[in-house]
Amino acid sequence: MPDIQEINVDDLKHLVSERAIQGETVLLNMGPQHPSTHGVLRLLLELDGEIVVNCIPDIGFLHTGVEKNMEAKTYQKAEVMADRLDYLDTVGNTLAYSLAVEKLVDLEVPARAQAIRVILTELQRFASHLVWLGTSALDLAAMSMFLYCFREREYILDVLELCSGQRMMTTYIRPGGLWRDVPVEFEAAVRNILKTFPKRVDEYEALLTRNPLMLDRTYGIGKLTGEECLNFGVTGPMLRASGVKWDLRKDRPYSGYELYDFEVPTRSEGDVYARYLVRLEEMRQALRIVEQALDKLPMGPVRSNNNKFIPPPRSEIGVSMEALIHHFKLWTEGFNVPKGAIYTAIESPRGELGVYLESDGGPKPYRIHWRTPSFDNLQSLPLMSKGVLVADLVAIIGSVDIVLGDVDR
Amino acid sequence: MEPKLQPIVAKLEKECGGVASEKHGDVSVVLPVEKIVAACQQVHEQGFELLSALTAVDYWPQEAPRFHVLYQFTSVSMNLVLTLRVPVPGINPCLPTVSHIYRNANWRERELWDMFGIKSQGHPDLRRILMPADWEGHPLRKDYPLGYEEPQFSFNFEEINLRKPYAKE
Repeated sequence: MPDIQEINVDDLKHLVSERAIQGETVLLNMGPQHPSTHGVLRLLLELDGEIVVNCIPDIGFLHTGVEKNMEAKTYQKAEVMADRLDYLDTVGNTLAYSLAVEKLVDLEVPARAQAIRVILTELQRFASHLVWLGTSALDLAAMSMFLYCFREREYILDVLELCSGQRMMTTYIRPGGLWRDVPVEFEAAVRNILKTFPKRVDEYEALLTRNPLMLDRTYGIGKLTGEECLNFGVTGPMLRASGVKWDLRKDRPYSGYELYDFEVPTRSEGDVYARYLVRLEEMRQALRIVEQALDKLPMGPVRSNNNKFIPPPRSEIGVSMEALIHHFKLWTEGFNVPKGAIYTAIESPRGELGVYLESDGGPKPYRIHWRTPSFDNLQSLPLMSKGVLVADLVAIIGSVDIVLGDVDR
Repeated sequence: MEPKLQPIVAKLEKECGGVASEKHGDVSVVLPVEKIVAACQQVHEQGFELLSALTAVDYWPQEAPRFHVLYQFTSVSMNLVLTLRVPVPGINPCLPTVSHIYRNANWRERELWDMFGIKSQGHPDLRRILMPADWEGHPLRKDYPLGYEEPQFSFNFEEINLRKPYAKE
């Protein structure tokens, strides 16, 4: 058996300070099983007493080889893996994937499907921010926030289950439209959310925004300027909290986002507290978009009728020879995507979620690369955590809102 | 092509020997590998603040060039996107680092080394990032096997190792 290589301080000499080698500062492991690292993130900390001198993130514990696995599956089967990347934004992942395939194939998506896509991704954004709010408040010892947030999140997951049969791994958005139309109970369930949730967001604000403990732990901590953010590839709420107004939904609209009226909240401080305020305002704006989309939800089909790529409805298979052939072909060899390469990006709750898709003309993706926002956002952690206390580091990790499935892919 | 993008692409074509093409509304410029630092510097100065993605595609068994390395840029101030493609040969693949221009290229180039075995010259910290430090081979190469492998245990490790299709360096 090959010898297991141990990494010791000699291999990391270029990353730690001279004092660590002389033994003046302490090297300490935080994670991978630390509760406030939100998954399996390992941080190697160089500590001078309570002060973080250097922070070296070590990732890859959740690497599942999604990109390699997708290359070996047909386009329909590969989509199922997209859900598993960022498990808090599953609808957004399938949306990014579907947009990439649709752009390569040149598929039309009906207006109703686009509106339902927007409703579900915005609800998912709200749910993702709820998980962030609950867990990062828990890191700051606000135990009850966690329970409130997960209580509300269940309502949204119920809506996803109503549509797709699954709470989290929905695979409901497919290239060319949706899996099927939403059930009749859908509208009432979403209206119920729209009625109750604004009050709940006010309740969170009442608990946290002016809370002196919260302010002490978050104000002025983990600062990043807008320039640093861009240079480190940081996108999403973190970028907007540093004063850069950049939101792909507004600036490079997709899936009909240009039809809805919403604000892009920004702050200029760039600290943990500013990120909290930006995300909270985004939750309100998400509800605003859902309301508009639901009010003018058009009727009509939810799938493209190009049966070379989209399976025909079940009712047709018994009576139409073509439909039977299409069905058979689609579920045995899949569909062929024209040769070409495309990069599409959407605004996930964490930032720019990009898909680079290259096709060689066959039924399987030749190469698919996921540009995941958490990967780049986490890269700025060493910069943010220079010279802070260990307790503040916990608050900073919480504010990055990492999903390790998204970092490690 | 968007009018604001035209002078930038023209400059890349003139000074860095790039060849531009447009498909699905996206512009990509193919450059020789030795010009990539100059091109990134130029693109950065012209207002592309964000390096959105840095990845590679393996065209094995084609050997020269075996890889294409992609740089996907976004300009927040001008609302533009641009792709640079760099062909890299399959024997001893390497390219100069751009991590001093775009700081997030640091981890992305480590991923490139880890997944494709493409070395970034001058990189400050070139270690594996996603795979364990003692891993053999580079998983996203097309000649790297995917699944269907015999499970190895301590008693038959060497025996299976001899006939296992490793991606050799």
